[in-house]
Formats: sequence, C-alpha cells, structure tokens
Amino acid sequence: MTSLETALRRVRASGRTALVPYVMAGVTSDWTRLVEAAVHAGADAVEIGLPFSDPIMDGVVIQEAALRSLAAGTTLDSVCAELATLDVDAPLVAMTYYNVIHHYGVERAAHAFAHSSLRGAIIPDLPPEEAAPWERACAQNDVATVYLVAPSSPPARVARLAHATQGFAYAAARMAVTGSASDLGDARRVVNALRSVSDIPVYVGIGITTPDHAREAAQFADGVIVGSALMSLVLDGAGTTRVESFVRDFRRALDSTSTP
Amino acid sequence: MTDLFMGPPDERGRFGDFGGRFVPEALMSACLELDEAYRDARVDETFARSLERELSLFAGRPTPVTPLERLSRRLDLRVFAKREDLAHTGSHKINNVLGQALLAQRMGKHRVIAETGAGQHGVATATAAARLGLACTVFMGEVDTKRQELNVFRMELLGATVVPVTSGSRTLKDAVNEALREWVTCVADTHYCIGSVMGPHPFPWMVREFQSVIGREAAHQLRELGVETPDVVVACVGGGSNAAGVFAGFAEGTSRLVGVEAAGGSAVGVGSPGVLHGMRSLLIQDEFGQIEEAESISAGLDYPGIGPEHAYLAARGRAEYVTAHDDEVIAALQVLSEDEGIIPALETAHAVAWLLREAGRSIAPGSTVLLNLSGRGDKDVAQVRALIRGES
Repeated sequence: MTSLETALRRVRASGRTALVPYVMAGVTSDWTRLVEAAVHAGADAVEIGLPFSDPIMDGVVIQEAALRSLAAGTTLDSVCAELATLDVDAPLVAMTYYNVIHHYGVERAAHAFAHSSLRGAIIPDLPPEEAAPWERACAQNDVATVYLVAPSSPPARVARLAHATQGFAYAAARMAVTGSASDLGDARRVVNALRSVSDIPVYVGIGITTPDHAREAAQFADGVIVGSALMSLVLDGAGTTRVESFVRDFRRALDSTSTP
Repeated sequence: MTDLFMGPPDERGRFGDFGGRFVPEALMSACLELDEAYRDARVDETFARSLERELSLFAGRPTPVTPLERLSRRLDLRVFAKREDLAHTGSHKINNVLGQALLAQRMGKHRVIAETGAGQHGVATATAAARLGLACTVFMGEVDTKRQELNVFRMELLGATVVPVTSGSRTLKDAVNEALREWVTCVADTHYCIGSVMGPHPFPWMVREFQSVIGREAAHQLRELGVETPDVVVACVGGGSNAAGVFAGFAEGTSRLVGVEAAGGSAVGVGSPGVLHGMRSLLIQDEFGQIEEAESISAGLDYPGIGPEHAYLAARGRAEYVTAHDDEVIAALQVLSEDEGIIPALETAHAVAWLLREAGRSIAPGSTVLLNLSGRGDKDVAQVRALIRGES
C-alpha cells in the first residue's frame, strides 16, 4: 500500500472527514505559505496544481491560476524545489496534465515527486488504459496514482478505476469541469458505486464550494476536495490569513458531522 | 513495399507510437460509445448508402480532377487538382461532417458541437446539422471570429450558435479545449464533431476514413485521365484531414506523399512527441511541455499539433512534411488565381507554394503531380487584399 493511502486510511479510522484544499503552485510568489496556512487550518492533505497551458478539465478559475503561474515561470523543477523547503504535516498530491509529466519523463517525474513530498498524483487526462509506464514509475517511488470516477462511468469502469486508484478515489460530483458547478450533483451515487466494489477512501470534488456542501458530503464520503472556490479567493488577492479562515470554516463544518 | 500504411489503428487506437485515447474519465464512455457505433456503422450497408446519398445529392460529389494546364506549362510538370473547393460549403470539410452527423443521428444524439479555426469546419458542421435537423454549437477562438467574420455570420445563418473562445491564445487550440470542456457537460445527448484527424481514438481513424473518399475518387479519376500512379501527391496540413484523405488513396503505391505545414505551425518540423487533446502526437511545445501557439496567416493551419497518423507516416518515412512561408503562400495564391482561374484557400495555397518552389528541384521536370485543392479562397479574399496592399 502506498504511504499516501496508509495516511488517508488513518484519517478515516480516526473518525475524521478528510479536507483536501487545492493550491496552484506558483499562483502567487508566496504560494507555499498558502499551503502551510491550509494545513494549519486543518487540511488533511493538499492538492498541488502543476500548471499546464491547456487544462481541459478545468474551468476559468483554475485556468487563470495556471496562466498566472506559467507567466511567473513555474516549472515542475521549480515546484519541486520550493516544496522541498516546506515542512507540513500533511501529504501533498500533485494535480496536473499528462504532457507535463510525459515531456519531463515519467521516471524522472515520479522520482522528483517522491523527493519533494508529493506522495500522489492526479492526472485527469491519463486513463488507466494509457498509464502503464507512469504506474510503474510511481510504484518504484511510492507515489500514488489517483483516478477520477465520473457520474457517467458504467459499473465495469467504476470497478476497474476503484482497483487502479491508490490513496483515494476521486469521485466527481458532476459532469463538469472544475469550478463550474456549485452543488453535490450525483456525488452520492458515484460514492456508493465505488463503495460497492472497494473500501478505498472516497473523496468528493467538483462542486464543493461552501462549508454546507462539505457538511452534506461528509454524510456519505470520506473526504472533500475544494479547489476553485479557494483559488478564486487567491486570484482576488487573499493572503494566508484569509486562506486559513476559509479552510477553517470547512474544517468546522466537517467536524460538526464527523462521528469519532 | 511490405508495410501496409493507412489501415486501421491497433485496438488502443495507436498508429505506431502515436494516437491513443488520453481523455478524462468523464469523456471515456462517450469515446467508447462512439468507437462501437462507428465500427458498427462502417460495416452497415444502410449507413454507407445514406452517406453516399448525402455526399452525391447534397454535397455534390464526386468532385472533379482538373488538369491545371497553364500551371503545368509554367512548371514543366503535369499537375492535376482534386477539386475539393467545389464540394458544398467550399472545402473537403463537408465529407467528414456528413459522416459524423449521420453517425450522431444513428447514436440518437440530437446536438453536435464543433471547434473551428478558419471557420470552414464550423460552416460545414452547421450545414450538416441544418440538413439533418440537429442543433449545433461551434467554438471559435475570438481572434479567429474577427479574422473570419463572414464565416461567423454564415454559421449563424445556418442556425448554429457560435461561441467566441476567450481563453488561452484565442485560436484553434483553445477552441478545441473549450469544445472538450463543453462536451464533458453534455455527452449524453451531444456528439463532438471533431474537424480533423486528431483527438482521441476513434476520431483520427474515423475522420481519415470519412475523408478517404477524396483519395479513392482521385485515384480512379486519374486512371481515367491516363495516370496510373502520380509521382507526387501534395496537400496542406494543419491537423491534416484533407492530406489524410488524399494520401489514403495512394499510400499503398509508390507516389511521393507530401504534407505542407505553415512555417509558423510546423509540428513535424519543430515539434516533439507529446499528449494533447486526447492523442499522443507531435506537438509544438516549449522545453517544459507547455503547448506553444502556432502562427500563420491561415487560421485553418494554426494548430500546434498534427494528426497522430501523420506523425506515424513521418516517423516511418512514408510521407514527408515540409513548410511554406506566409509570403510564398500569398504569391502562390495569386499564381493559381491568374493561371488557372481558381482562387484557393490560404491553407490550400501552402501546397501550391511548395509546388512552385520545388518544381524542377526535388520534383523532376515532367513529373505527374496530384494537388489536393482542399478549399476555395472566398473566405480569405478580404484578408488577402489587405496583405497584398500591405495593410496588415
């Protein structure tokens, strides 16, 4: 089992609903402080966006964050170097697109991730059918390959994805790109489909924008992912204090429902 | 030649190392459904008859092969043009969209979406949608909606909704991104009618098959004109659908196959392997794998990649890919207009430019050349006037 999964299973075993905020690396010059603020406010893991020029699963907020980050000169190497200076007590999971990894080299990338505390990776345009080289590289470096499951995934694919995913399964609440929805959509159905074939932790993303959504999702999921709502604040100039209070509001909402 | 070129890809949709299906999970089911529907349709005679009927009675096929006599004398070659400019809507794009629109109908989808660069594919999709009673939304980079204003209006006249894309470079690549983002939200009732031999499997294969009518017709028509095997087959390449269509008729023979890219958008010339828009192919990208913007006077060639089968044909040496510069292209457009009475699209003029440059050089005097005249230049006339007068 990957160390990411061990850590996240431990969160679940403690009776806590996992909170996973998303921070686009390089979106501001002090982005690593934002990661620290999120963890300080109660994040159990943090998704670290590595920017790509053509993010087809992302809506306007993450697109804009990626453009700002790229304009500032962010690269896979620069992100890994900055993460190496970070000391947070929560696992980090990369979120990027396959070309960034493919171009860098799958083995080099998995190695670089492992040496900068990135313990998993979500690559939405890399389905398991195309992922064999990446999965091998990750296995050698204790990097978890996290797969998304969509509301449109038929039962056989849900089973396949549940089997392939490591760390947690990412249940997309909606047929939508990030940041375009603001409700739980089909989340419960997707989570239940995963539960019927696997006991891996299941986190809900795409549509979680308020603490109320998080509280509702906590009733059936093991964790929630909050991306565009947080990045939207950061794009509008929010600093560590604002990020911390935003994440803490979600933490309180989740804790108000968790059963120890 | 022992290799069989331009057959079906392997089960994973690969042409050698290129192709595949790199799509988000939300689109996977739609791609698998399309794959199954297409495999089913291509062996169904009823489907074949419907498509043939639309191609002949609606789109005006077969398009002729015209001997370009004055140009031939000028270049000391025997040049023949496959006249896709005479197909309905003015380019080869109609061949593919009629196939895909019929397939959408067969899958029970009542709406199509499309990306467009120059507007040719958007107009063709809007046309096929109108013909078959499907709703239609076209994504077009904001820059292109200005360069090709009349095509925007054309699509609207045909009942389509045109969405200007303001993300990224606001050109063709971003229109594809936006169409993919839209498709995620509506896969159940909407077909994404991709305009070139690109995207995730089965699109590159399916679009090539729908376009292969160009090569099949041309091979037959050339034989009737006494040409068994042309020495050279040349076509312009953005994503590469017209080139794939004409190459398909000659790949098994000995003809020299030449694809002409825009000098500012040469995926084979300056690109490297990468993954974009669902496929592994050659892409123009920086040292960090960020996709770069292609630049050309022709919106239809402004794509930073090339269809995966072209990447394969290039890697295997079966086809060669070359470039033409903007200034050569304008000159070529004028030559073809004055010599032959055919105003070609700026995209097509890239192939003409290569011919003008290479006649007597890499093309031996007296050679027989098939030029795929992929589209007519009406859409470009205002832009060409400005360029010739030095206004832009």
